[in-house]
Amino acid sequence: MQQSKVIRTFLLIIFFFFLATLLALPKELPVKFMAAGRKFDFVLRRPQLTLPFFGQTIGGNLELKQGLDIQGGMQVVLRADMSKIDAASRADALKSAQEIIRRRVDMFGVSEPLVQTAQSGTEQRIIVELAGVSNPTQALNLIGTTALLDFRLQDSSPSAQATQSAAAFLSQFKPTGLTGKQLKRSSIQYDPKTGQPVVAMEFSPEATQAFAELTQQNTGRVLAIFLDGFPVSLPRISTPILDGRAIITGNFTLDQAKQLNIQLNAGALPVPIEVIEQHNIGASLGQSAVKQSLFAGAVGLACVVFFMVMYYGWKGVLASVSLVIYAVFTVAIYKLIGVTLTLPGIAGLLLTIGMAVDSNILIFERMKEELRVGQPFDRALELGFGRAWDSIKDANVTTIFTALVLINPLDLSFLNTSGLVRGFGITLLIGVLTSLFTGLVVTRTLMRLFLKGAAR
Amino acid sequence: MKNFSFMKYRLIYFALSLIVIIPGLISLAVNGVKLSIDFTGGSLLELHDEQKSPPMKIDRPTLQSYIGSTPEIIAVQTSGDQQFLIRSKALSNQEKDQLLLKLTPAFQRLTEVRFESVGPTLGKELMIKTLMAVVAVSVFITLYIGRQFHSVKYGLAAVMAMFHDMLVLIGMFSLLGRFFNAEVDVLFVTALLTTLSFSVHDTIVVFDRIRENVRKHPQSEFMTVVDASVLETLGRSVNNSMTIIIMLSALVLLGGDTVRLFSIALLIGAVTGTYSSTFTAAPLVVLWDSLEKSRKKKK
Repeated sequence: MQQSKVIRTFLLIIFFFFLATLLALPKELPVKFMAAGRKFDFVLRRPQLTLPFFGQTIGGNLELKQGLDIQGGMQVVLRADMSKIDAASRADALKSAQEIIRRRVDMFGVSEPLVQTAQSGTEQRIIVELAGVSNPTQALNLIGTTALLDFRLQDSSPSAQATQSAAAFLSQFKPTGLTGKQLKRSSIQYDPKTGQPVVAMEFSPEATQAFAELTQQNTGRVLAIFLDGFPVSLPRISTPILDGRAIITGNFTLDQAKQLNIQLNAGALPVPIEVIEQHNIGASLGQSAVKQSLFAGAVGLACVVFFMVMYYGWKGVLASVSLVIYAVFTVAIYKLIGVTLTLPGIAGLLLTIGMAVDSNILIFERMKEELRVGQPFDRALELGFGRAWDSIKDANVTTIFTALVLINPLDLSFLNTSGLVRGFGITLLIGVLTSLFTGLVVTRTLMRLFLKGAAR
Repeated sequence: MKNFSFMKYRLIYFALSLIVIIPGLISLAVNGVKLSIDFTGGSLLELHDEQKSPPMKIDRPTLQSYIGSTPEIIAVQTSGDQQFLIRSKALSNQEKDQLLLKLTPAFQRLTEVRFESVGPTLGKELMIKTLMAVVAVSVFITLYIGRQFHSVKYGLAAVMAMFHDMLVLIGMFSLLGRFFNAEVDVLFVTALLTTLSFSVHDTIVVFDRIRENVRKHPQSEFMTVVDASVLETLGRSVNNSMTIIIMLSALVLLGGDTVRLFSIALLIGAVTGTYSSTFTAAPLVVLWDSLEKSRKKKK
C-alpha cells in the first residue's frame, strides 16, 4: 500500500476520533487533579454541536439515555380484557387504549414515556414505562382506571331502603345517556367562594342541546356524576344549564382534581385493563451501580492495556491506542443511535472491550509466525492481517447472531422483549461491529505508519 | 512439526471436564436451579431503613408478625444492615401499599427501594421464550458450523464442546444457587447465550487452523497436525481470554451487586468456552479420527 494512502486513512481516523470524542464527552466534566505541585480544578464543557446530516440535524441533546434500571422508574405490563369486545374490533380497541394511556401519561408530565402494545398468544397487552416516577401508586391509578364518566339522574322519590344499603343507593340513579364521550374538554378551576379546586367541563355542541333539555326538565333534582360506576359528585341542578358548561365539585384535593381532569381529557379506556407485571425501581439503586461499573471498567481497561503492552511491546501500545479509540467510538455510536443504557448494557460494553483486542491478538500471533518463517516485517504485517481475517469473520458471525436473538429487532412474539436483555444485546452487537473496524482498520493503519522502522 | 503433544493427554482433559461437570449435574438433579421471579412469578419488595442502633433483627417470623397472616412471606434476605428483601406471591400495587403501611410503624424510616411483581402466567411464558432463544441460537450455530466445515467430524466436536460449556455453566449455577442463593433469571440466560457464541468463536479459530495445517502437511499424522495447530492457536486463545477475563473479573469484584451474578455467569462462560475449544473440541476431533481409522482397518 502506498504511504500517502495510509496517511490519508490515518488522518480520517484522527478526524473521526476527534468528532467521536466530542460526542462521547458528557456535557460537563469536572476535572480535579494535582500535578507538579499545582492543583487543577476546572470544568470541561462540551461545545454545543449541531451538524447537518442528510438534511437532518444531529446533535442537540446528546446525553446517553438511561434505562429504568439506572434512573429509576416504573414499568407495568397491562392485560387488556377483550372478553366483551368482538374479535374484529379488538385490534382497534387495543390501539385506542394505547393512545388514551399515552395521552394520560403525557399529561402526567413524565419525560419520554414509553407505551407499547404487545400480543402474546391470545392476550393483548400494553407495556408502560415511566422513567423517574416517584409515586408509582398515583401513576398506576392514573393509567389503570377506565375513566368512564356518565351522568345519572336520581329518582325523584328515593325509597326508604335506598338510604340503607350501598347497592340500593346506587340503583336509584338512572343513566341519562350523557357520558364523558360527549365532553369537548375539561379544565381545573377554583371555586371562587371556597377556594377549592373544581373540574370544569364543556360539552360538545350536539350534547349541549341534550344537556340543556335534561337540566331544564329536572331542575331541583340530583344529577350525579359517576366515574367507573361510582359517584364522584352529587350536584343538584339549581338552574338549567344552557351553554353546555358544567362544573364538578367534590371536595377534591388538587391532586385528585388534576387526575380527574387528565382522565376526562384523555378519554375513557375502551377496555378494562389489569396489571399483570410491575417493576418499581428506586433511583438510588441504579446510580451507585453505574458508578461502580464504570470504575470497574476503568480498572479493567487499565489492566488490559498493561497486559497488552507487557506482552506485545510496541504493537501492544498501538493495540491499546486503538482500544481507546474503540471505546470512544462505541460511546459516540450509543449517543448517535440513541441506545438506552442499562446496567447489563454497561456490562456488555465492558465485555466487548475485553473482546475487542481479540482480532488484534489473532493478527499479532499470525505476524509472529510469519516472522518466524523468515518473512520481512512489512510482508509479515500484511500477511498477518490477511490470513487472520477469515478466522475473525467466521468467529464473529455467531456472536452477531446471538446478539440479534437477544435484541429481537423484529419483535418476534416467541422471543423475549425484556429491556435488560435487549440492552445487553445491543451493546454486544455494536461492540462486535465496531471492534471489527478498529481492530482491522485502525490498528493496521497505526502499524503501517508507526511500526515499520521501529520493530526492525 | 515437532512439538509438545497435547493430544496424548486427551483423557486427562476429558476427566477434568467431568470433574467440573459431574458435581454440577448431581446438584442439578438434587437441587435443580433457583429460579427467579422472572420465571416463577411472585413479588419482590426491597426496603431500606434508617436503622436504630443496635440494628434490629430482620427475619421472616418477625416481619410476618407485623404483617399478619396474609400475604405470606416466602423469604427474607438482608443486604447490609439497612436493606432487606421480602419475597412473596405476586402482589398487586395496592396489596404492596397495605403491606408497607403495616410495616412502617415497626421501623425508623422505611422507604421502598424496589418492587417487582410478576404474574404466574407471565413467568411461564418467559420460560418458553428463553428456551426458544436457546434453541434458536444452538440450531443456528450448529447449522453454521456444518456449513463452514462440511464435515460431521468438526461439526459434531464443536457442538459437543458447546454443550460442554452449557453444562458447566448451568451446573455451576445450580451449585451457586445451593450455596450462595444465586438465582437463574433472564440475565443468566443471556449470559448462557453469550457463552455459546464464545464457545464456538474460539473453536472456529482452532478448527480453521487445523484444516489449514492438514492442507499444508497432507503427509503428517493427524494427531501431530492437531497438536501443532493447538500450540499455534493457544497463545492467541489464552491471551484473548485473558483480556476478557480481566474485564469481567474487574466487573465481578468492583462492579457492585446488581450485575455481579450476571458477570459471574459471563466469567464462567468465558473460561469454560476457552478451555473447551482447545481441550474438548480438538481432542474430540482426534478421538473421532482415530475411531474412523480403526474402523477402516478392521474392514
